[in-house]
Amino acid sequence: MRLVVDLNRCQGYAQCAFLAPDVFAMHGDESLLYNPEAAAEQRENVERAVAACPVGAILLELTDEDMAEMAAPDAVAGAGSGGAR
Amino acid sequence: MTGEGRSDGALERLKREGRIVVVGASLAGLRAAETMREKGFAGSLTMIGDEPYEPYDRPPLSKQVLLGNAVADHTALPRRRAIDADWRLGVPATGLDMSARRVRLGNGDEVEYDRLLIATGVRARPWPNAEEGALKGVFVLRTRDDGEGLQQALAAGPRRVLVIGAGFTGSEIASACRERGLDVTVAERGAAPLVGALGGVIGEVAAEMHREHGVDLRTGVMVTGLEGDPSGRVRAAHFSDGSTVEADVVVVGLGAQRNTEWLAGSGLGAGPRGIACDAGCRAFDIRGIVTDDIYVAGDVARSPHALFGYQFLSLEHWGNAVAQADTAAHNMLSESADRRPHLWVPAFWSSQFGVNIKSVGVPPMGTEILVTQGSLGERRFAAVYGYQGRVIAAVTFDNCRWLPFYEHQIETTAPFPPPFATVDRRPEGHKPLPADFPDPSVPTHGPTITLSGYSPADRKMTFTPGRP
Repeated sequence: MRLVVDLNRCQGYAQCAFLAPDVFAMHGDESLLYNPEAAAEQRENVERAVAACPVGAILLELTDEDMAEMAAPDAVAGAGSGGAR
Repeated sequence: MTGEGRSDGALERLKREGRIVVVGASLAGLRAAETMREKGFAGSLTMIGDEPYEPYDRPPLSKQVLLGNAVADHTALPRRRAIDADWRLGVPATGLDMSARRVRLGNGDEVEYDRLLIATGVRARPWPNAEEGALKGVFVLRTRDDGEGLQQALAAGPRRVLVIGAGFTGSEIASACRERGLDVTVAERGAAPLVGALGGVIGEVAAEMHREHGVDLRTGVMVTGLEGDPSGRVRAAHFSDGSTVEADVVVVGLGAQRNTEWLAGSGLGAGPRGIACDAGCRAFDIRGIVTDDIYVAGDVARSPHALFGYQFLSLEHWGNAVAQADTAAHNMLSESADRRPHLWVPAFWSSQFGVNIKSVGVPPMGTEILVTQGSLGERRFAAVYGYQGRVIAAVTFDNCRWLPFYEHQIETTAPFPPPFATVDRRPEGHKPLPADFPDPSVPTHGPTITLSGYSPADRKMTFTPGRP
């Protein structure tokens, strides 16, 4: 499960490090380190972290089902991303 | 859609059945491709990349990966949507025929386009002596393979690592080495780490940080040569001050070069400083005429910015790649009246020695600096850069939540020194200091922002107007 954090946006609130400590960790007071390819069983934790991030800095890869749905022509107009733009 | 009424429908046709080629399969290329599909582009999309890998993220390579917290080949970028592209990976683009609208590839193939996006980025500047640079144990750090190789070399427990160049990458590598308990020497030609990007005042803070963490920091010196042992492994480095450092891993952190060589002779306005484009990401040709079918985005692009005197800025910034790719993709699929300019405020981050360093604006444009919050000594502060009486940039060390405030000041051309009495209680008062950037005509390992079209070191050109 791939993810990326927009560290320009990240302000070190550390919500992700509380909710998914196996994926996100603070390094010093403000710096965030994360595993860009988290284990599949972390998905629920990471989804919580995505939702909790006050600045919406975490972009989590869509699942295959999400992508298949978006690939349908009707779905194009409403497509948006859950995380960083 | 607006296209129907006022045009010949060319745009609608392009969206329906056009051919778009993206050269450069990294962050900017991927994000642009996603945006194009999001905007309803249903034609053929070809992604060309010289590395054999799908787009991956680079910032972790000098941080998480070197610390052993992440694996280099696990940094592939997440997808925002399926892009249904024809991927040509592991093959570099080698030429461009603008009139035939064709990109030539290293394997002899040619790909035709109706719209071309160039996002070929930069590569690490190699050690100038190729023979020394080829010694075992000598690394640069830019690609996934570089990251993997260096990580393994550090994990093997070298006796000493030498990092040449104390820019952001060099400093992050030194930090990772110390965290792994490795002895490390950093050689910097300038007076302090980070001087090219943040100036001498902040550079002094960075220097203290290095030394406090046990880095053997040598400033004001150049490495004059690398020496190998009979088996072709690096053994030592010789310095301009006559000293020698023994090291079994050497990392060359001398900044980056723009990947524009493949465009030589194409007629596009491309050179060592990048590819010039207008604010809408449309590339200029060598006559200074804007093209209408070739766009550029990311590290390789140089575009004029209204906030910074319309200077052509090329930004090696993660966020710039994302934002510029989005704008380029939008403009590629829009009528001229619907296009929008790329006016991203430059911003970057670095993480080293456990400190979060962030910046907005263009610090090297600043002539003065003022610490507005916190203190340099505590390494928790915000400082603003002044240029001709206005705020032009800001930097924070472990104080990033204030950056949006300073970003707003830059965007609204707030006066410098700032008019507010104190943002927090500071004993020093308001005394701007010279920002102390090195002479830009002296080559350095490279700041992350390149200012203006001409380097002061360039020869002057002679203008000879043509007469019929």
